[in-house]
Amino acid sequence: MKAHLTRRYRFSASHRLHSTEMSADENRVTYGKCNNPHGHGHNYALEVTVSGQVDQSTGMVCNLVDLDGFVEREVLSRYHLENLNTLQEFAQQVPTTENLSVEIFEILQRGFYHAHLERVRLEETMMNSFEYAGTAEPKH
Amino acid sequence: MVYLTRKAEFSASHFYHNPDFTPEENQRIFGKCNNPNGHGHNYTLEVTVKGEVDPRSGFVVDLKQLKEVMNHEVLDAMDHRFLNKEVPEFFKCIPTTENLAIAVWQRLESKLQKARLHRVRVYETPDLFVDFYGENDPLEATS
Repeated sequence: MKAHLTRRYRFSASHRLHSTEMSADENRVTYGKCNNPHGHGHNYALEVTVSGQVDQSTGMVCNLVDLDGFVEREVLSRYHLENLNTLQEFAQQVPTTENLSVEIFEILQRGFYHAHLERVRLEETMMNSFEYAGTAEPKH
Repeated sequence: MVYLTRKAEFSASHFYHNPDFTPEENQRIFGKCNNPNGHGHNYTLEVTVKGEVDPRSGFVVDLKQLKEVMNHEVLDAMDHRFLNKEVPEFFKCIPTTENLAIAVWQRLESKLQKARLHRVRVYETPDLFVDFYGENDPLEATS
């Protein structure tokens, strides 16, 4: 039987929302306080949902040790306590939480093979969150 | 179609062990969860049902009935229990969160009267939960 497993992680990072394709005024109007040149930070909460048949011998969709290890190694250690604007993936794109969700989804999709990746959900604050499921619609 | 979710909480203990594995395999795969004395969690259960709103009552489902079924079928059987030893589904099946979500679904499905079960979500901790949408998930064909 197929089940969906979701694991929640936390990391903190700083960013500045600024597009090189916009004028200074346009950036200020579009991004407001988030355009502050000194940047600002968030405590992000990341949810990773994977799915698969429940293995009869273990009762698991995938071993949490594998999922936690991958996310720690490939995602948390990359973003935790970093300035997102300094990272290569945000050299050409604005580090909005939308774009960060897509980046994290793609890291998982490229390297995590123990279960099927369904979606990532990223909370920037307690008041706003973003979901990305690749070409699929997130399932609720 | 309207979706309605009812929450409940229960506390239970469990351990993970497959008698077909060697002690070393059990330890390697299940780690600390393999301790035969068990350990416990405060589980949160979310049951989502779906249906059309009844024009007379304005309800998708009688919440009182849903609550009674959840209490009777799940909480009475699992709250403050050792899942491996006291819940028949887990005499032979490992009480992982995945299997718990499936067992809750199976216990509720035939007992609900009007509304159809959409999703069973079981939180083992606030940072880990499993969703089960049934064996014949209609959305699977399209995703």
